Amino acid sequence: MKLSELVTGIEAVAVCGEQGLAEKEVAGAYVSDLLSDVMGRAKEGEVWLTIQTHPNVVAVAVLLNLAAIIFTAGHEPEEQTKAKAEEEGIILLKTALSTYETAGRIYQLLTGAGRA
Amino acid sequence: MIQRFPVAGEDFSAAGEASSKIKNILRQVGEDAELIRRVCIAAYEAEMNLVIHAGGGEMILKLDTDMVEVIAQDRGPGIPDVELAMQEGYSTASDLAREMGFGAGMGMANMKRCASEMLIDTEVGKGTTVTLRFKTGKN
Ligand SMILES: Nc1ncnc2c1ncn2[C@@H]1O[C@H](COP(=O)(O)OP(=O)(O)OP(=O)(O)O)[C@@H](O)[C@H]1O
Ligand SMILES: [Mg+2]
Repeated sequence: MKLSELVTGIEAVAVCGEQGLAEKEVAGAYVSDLLSDVMGRAKEGEVWLTIQTHPNVVAVAVLLNLAAIIFTAGHEPEEQTKAKAEEEGIILLKTALSTYETAGRIYQLLTGAGRA
Repeated sequence: MIQRFPVAGEDFSAAGEASSKIKNILRQVGEDAELIRRVCIAAYEAEMNLVIHAGGGEMILKLDTDMVEVIAQDRGPGIPDVELAMQEGYSTASDLAREMGFGAGMGMANMKRCASEMLIDTEVGKGTTVTLRFKTGKN
């Protein structure tokens, strides 16, 4: 699924990298606020749901080649985080939906589960 | 080829830059994507430990025909009990570091899993050297 479709489904807006949404393919998702946990378990091409908003999340996304970072529950990335994401070409999204709701919708979108 | 990258202590915003440079170098020399991924994860964890636990240090990248080596060297407090430090979940990270999502105690385990070989040379009060070796498929 393209990231642009997913963005609509989770009521997200792009904070950085909007021009890349239509191109970027989403392989899956990982949810965690512990950086070493993400480092150890998230896979290339996945989106990462977190409420950590500091610039180091961008470094993690770069090293893992993640599709995007999604800040959930209304969390807003720091200015420095946005600047770093612009520089590194990482897509940042934010949504007001809770982490649970966001993850649930993504699961549905990617697997088709729960549809009639 | 040997390259050295200084890493500043407590500087969370620049943290990850050495690993990022290492990634770019490995890409340029055409290493395999899966190998790059493993090196990146381990290098990042080693770099973060320099930042969080050691007051900074140095990352060294060595490229050989059949081996990539990443060395994280510091003159920090050293590790009193290496076996304990290797255990997943054990962490002495500060409250600030934990608030930022560090301190899961998973870094060393990630390094061990990603590297072909991991050596820890440490002395309390003197510092720590973590050597991470990755066999490349070309041999
Ligand atoms: N370079 C170092 N100097 C001194 N102590 C270290 C060093 N590297 C690791 N340690 C010790 O080993 C412990 C475990 O390290 P590890 O990387 O596994 O977890 P962490 O850094 O605490 O948390 P995480 O890596 O999950 O963010 C650390 O909490 C620290 O006590
Ligand atoms: Mg660590």
